Amino acid sequence: MHTHDHSHDHTPIAVPDEAPGYYEILETAVRELLAAKQIVSPGEMRQQLEVLDSRTPQLGAKLVAKAWVNPGFKERLLADGRVACEEMGITFYENTQLTVLENTEKVHNLIVCTLCSCYPREVLGLPPDWYKLAPYRSRAVREPRAVLAEFGTTISEDVEIRVSDSTAMIRYLVLPQRPAGTEFMTEEELAALVTRDAMIGVVPVRFGKERVQ
Amino acid sequence: MALNPSNILPGLVKAEGEDPLFGHGDRVLISDRSPIGHYRVPHYVRGKAAVVKDVIARAVDNEEEGFGRNAGLRRHYYRVSIPLSALWHGYAGAPNDELRIEVFEDWLKRT
Repeated sequence: MHTHDHSHDHTPIAVPDEAPGYYEILETAVRELLAAKQIVSPGEMRQQLEVLDSRTPQLGAKLVAKAWVNPGFKERLLADGRVACEEMGITFYENTQLTVLENTEKVHNLIVCTLCSCYPREVLGLPPDWYKLAPYRSRAVREPRAVLAEFGTTISEDVEIRVSDSTAMIRYLVLPQRPAGTEFMTEEELAALVTRDAMIGVVPVRFGKERVQ
Repeated sequence: MALNPSNILPGLVKAEGEDPLFGHGDRVLISDRSPIGHYRVPHYVRGKAAVVKDVIARAVDNEEEGFGRNAGLRRHYYRVSIPLSALWHGYAGAPNDELRIEVFEDWLKRT
């Protein structure tokens, strides 16, 4: 238990009272073995967490906003996402490519990794839990419109749903459509509208009254 | 990356796998084999007909690499499309809805 010398504005901190599970023990054992055999040091593991923590959806949002206001950048982003990221100072720490999928009046893109949890971590950070769990992974390719409806997103029947299953060396990022009424917003203001979920493709970017649905 | 054929000096002979076997619009069949272990081609697309949309790149074979064998950049990855209505019996969405997925060359056969 922690001492109560502060006013209570947080929910009680849960202290796990169960013994660690099989996979938790396995993870600890492998981690300690790697350290004992000097394959990966604890310092390197901590540093890798720092690398992961430095990546957030704000990076992806910057890319999207820049693509909305700068047609030349948009063209480069769609041609080779990784090169365009590097131009913005966003490095790639893994040997993957980034393909940016543009939503249009005719195509709505949705990304998933049915095999595991491939995700454009360099520009979005860690994926949300639902992205890694079996229901989303299996249903996104089986009934994408039903999945989208559960996120509050209805896509017209005359718009193609294009589901990209990320299985190998490409990571995908959705370039959402720029919402109406944002014509005179700055790049920074636009970036603030762009959410993680919009760049996965489960919702559009909303603005103003559209936001409340 | 796909090479520009006009950049190649006359008289050079290319090795197998230097050029992609398939190009945009080619109709292919994804192999239906079931090797033991972790493979990058999900079961739900094995044995399905697809259309090549993009040649992604010449790349290591991730599946071989997963078993500790790296034979270099011998073959290409492709982005292929399959209509969702062809994947799932009684698919309830729109007829144009489709899947895009990356498949390594040795899983594809021309049809």
